Amino acid sequence: MSEPLIPPKKKDPLLNTRAGHVPPALRSRAAKAMAARAGQGRFVLQACEDCAHVTYPPRDRCPKCWGALTWQDQPRGAVIEAETTIKASTDLFFRNHLPWRIGSARLDAGSMAIVHLHGDVNQGDRVRMEIKLDRGGNPALFALPEKETLNMADDPQLRVFTADPKYRRILVTDGRGPVGQAVAEALVKAGAKTVFLGNNDRLMRYPGQEQIEAMEGIEPVPLSIADSRSTEALAAQLGGRVDIVVNTAQHTRGGGVGFGGKLSDLQTGLDLEVSGLMRLAQAFAPAMSGRSDDGTNAAAAFVDVASIFGLSGKAGYAGAAAAAAARLSLIAGLRGEMAQTGIRVMSVLTGPIDDAWHQDIPPPKTAPVQIARAVVSALQQGQETICAGQVAKEIFGRWQADPLLTIREETQ
Amino acid sequence: MSARVKPYDGAVVCAPVTVPYARFSPESAHWWTGRALQALSQQTGLKPGDFDGFCFASFSSVPDTVVGMVQHMGLSPRWMDHIPTGGASGVMALRRAARAVQVGDAEVVACVSGDTNQIDSFRQGLTGFSRFSQDATYPYGFGGPNATFALITDNFMREFGVSREDFAKLCVAQRTNALSNPLALMKKPLSFEQYVNARAISDPVHLFDCVMPCAGAEAFIVTTPEKAQELGLSVARIAGTIERHNAYPEDAVQTRGGWGCDIDELWAAAGCGPQDMDCLQAYDDYPVIVAMQLADLGFCTKVDLPQFITENDFTIPGSLPLNTNGGQLSAGQAGAAGGFQNVTEGLRQILHCPLGDQIPEARRALISGFGLVNFDRGVCTGAAILEQEVLR
Ligand SMILES: [Zn+2]
Repeated sequence: MSEPLIPPKKKDPLLNTRAGHVPPALRSRAAKAMAARAGQGRFVLQACEDCAHVTYPPRDRCPKCWGALTWQDQPRGAVIEAETTIKASTDLFFRNHLPWRIGSARLDAGSMAIVHLHGDVNQGDRVRMEIKLDRGGNPALFALPEKETLNMADDPQLRVFTADPKYRRILVTDGRGPVGQAVAEALVKAGAKTVFLGNNDRLMRYPGQEQIEAMEGIEPVPLSIADSRSTEALAAQLGGRVDIVVNTAQHTRGGGVGFGGKLSDLQTGLDLEVSGLMRLAQAFAPAMSGRSDDGTNAAAAFVDVASIFGLSGKAGYAGAAAAAAARLSLIAGLRGEMAQTGIRVMSVLTGPIDDAWHQDIPPPKTAPVQIARAVVSALQQGQETICAGQVAKEIFGRWQADPLLTIREETQ
Repeated sequence: MSARVKPYDGAVVCAPVTVPYARFSPESAHWWTGRALQALSQQTGLKPGDFDGFCFASFSSVPDTVVGMVQHMGLSPRWMDHIPTGGASGVMALRRAARAVQVGDAEVVACVSGDTNQIDSFRQGLTGFSRFSQDATYPYGFGGPNATFALITDNFMREFGVSREDFAKLCVAQRTNALSNPLALMKKPLSFEQYVNARAISDPVHLFDCVMPCAGAEAFIVTTPEKAQELGLSVARIAGTIERHNAYPEDAVQTRGGWGCDIDELWAAAGCGPQDMDCLQAYDDYPVIVAMQLADLGFCTKVDLPQFITENDFTIPGSLPLNTNGGQLSAGQAGAAGGFQNVTEGLRQILHCPLGDQIPEARRALISGFGLVNFDRGVCTGAAILEQEVLR
């Protein structure tokens, strides 16, 4: 079992915050390819196209026959052959996290690897391997107990590779819609200390307001990310107290490009979803970056919930898909910036949401509660990209296999 | 069956040089290398134009290889080589230079290794050490070689019943040897209790299992017997050598090195056995590797290691003198020069010009190198048997 996390005490304002170093970040291109797949929660290793030999560490040609290598999903089992507890390190990040346990793992897939060890894993144990992303976005093999153990997620080494909501303070940008409300409720249930729930118009009531605002742990805050002053004012007020930001802003309106679309809808959507994302990032990212290694409730993640049609476009929803595409691009840029400071930037991709703005799309659609589950799961796993619901998963799969074909299919 | 290795007739080794080590140095690898060449010159009277062969090893000469070093040092050789194999570089330089001299590609080869150790250069050196370590070793806690060897040690102790007390015997003996070496960085005796009670660095690796990185340089000359006579130098002959890289990749955790592949050929070529060695100069960055070599080089089997260690003394006056200058553990590890000091110390003992105490009547030295933890194990291994030929 792991020691249960202790709720963090109020911070002594006179104490110097521990600097948010990231572990050594230099990687080969092959290791980055591994990271891109690990970010989707996959457990992949390279296999040879010619002789099927599975190899690790990341290589550029097969060591058995020099054939070309491709990344393939592999069995997750392994045995820990040797272990050590590192008590001295010259690295600025690990120095602050000693002692640190690693082991030599014999992977069922057929290679040896040096891996991070969960506290409940010992030499000789069979383990379940995951490829986590470290704070710098690089792949990290992590050995977990084969079966769930008590307080498993509270293991201090594992928590470095996740953004678990437990005891964290989280801003959800749009509480007026069903998605924001579902996300806020799920985060509270996942152990968040406080969910600051944004409301862009305090004079207008909204459906579900009484229930959600009555929930313990929910704290309504004024926030319109379409408005720079409102966003900056909230950031100034919450300052160093937001550990995770979840942006649930959406402005979906139907219409094409040459036919049936309204320019004003596009402009409003771009201002809220795209400019809004940048306002949010500029207001909160610097303070979060300064607190990325600040103990149990260190700042940890910036999550953006966007439509999967940002990847493919969507007939009849051209403007909304364009806004989503711009969001995905901004998020990728922000991810690169935050990788320097130890904050995870996550994308939750949704199908058409089951709400009033997607009436013309036939089911299946994505329920707000599915989005909420995906947000919590991405945070708990430390996953970079996650699909909420079956529609997003299906489109994402097709897009990975053949992006141009998927664009044709979704827009023609 | 590999083709029979030809003997090293026509090539001899001489003029061992050790430039006194420094814990930290603001100077460059070039400075240390030049200092070693100067010492060679002072010992032999040879000038830059007299060396027609140059073999070089260094970790910290970046961005220069042997090419940059040749121009920097004003050499104009007709044969040169760069050996990037750290702890195995001395043996490898020796055998390459010997072949070059034997066939006449060069007549006088300076084999030099120099490395500096500036503040923080150890950490920076690790960060970009190798592709596999950068991708798959150092991001795992950044324990450096200590952590990698801790995994090897953890497995080795369990597999063969070797204990920390056994390692203590080796480390304490080496420190005893170091006390007579005025150039050793470690100058105080090490007791068994101090070894055993030292703080853990990455268990089961503790403080006195780890070398102290430092700056320094080592060098020797490989030339013809005729040239050595002309220069009035004492010489050793090369009775046999082996070299092997990336051996046994199928082993889950390293329990043996490449010596095992070729050890019978080494003893056959030399026409003698482990019992005939007057000293063993083995790679000792972590005592587990010393133990591994004792078995892989044929002194005993792995399971007999605890008994063999108990029964031997490993000090200069005792049985099987081991790393008589103190080894890297007690003299310091000057980067790649750590892979040369086994050659220079072995040579000094059999040429009877030691830095510290002399092994009485020493005539044969076994030199063993081990280098480059590219990912999870040492990749490069080599060994050489040197025999006293002429004392002048
Ligand atoms: Zn192959």
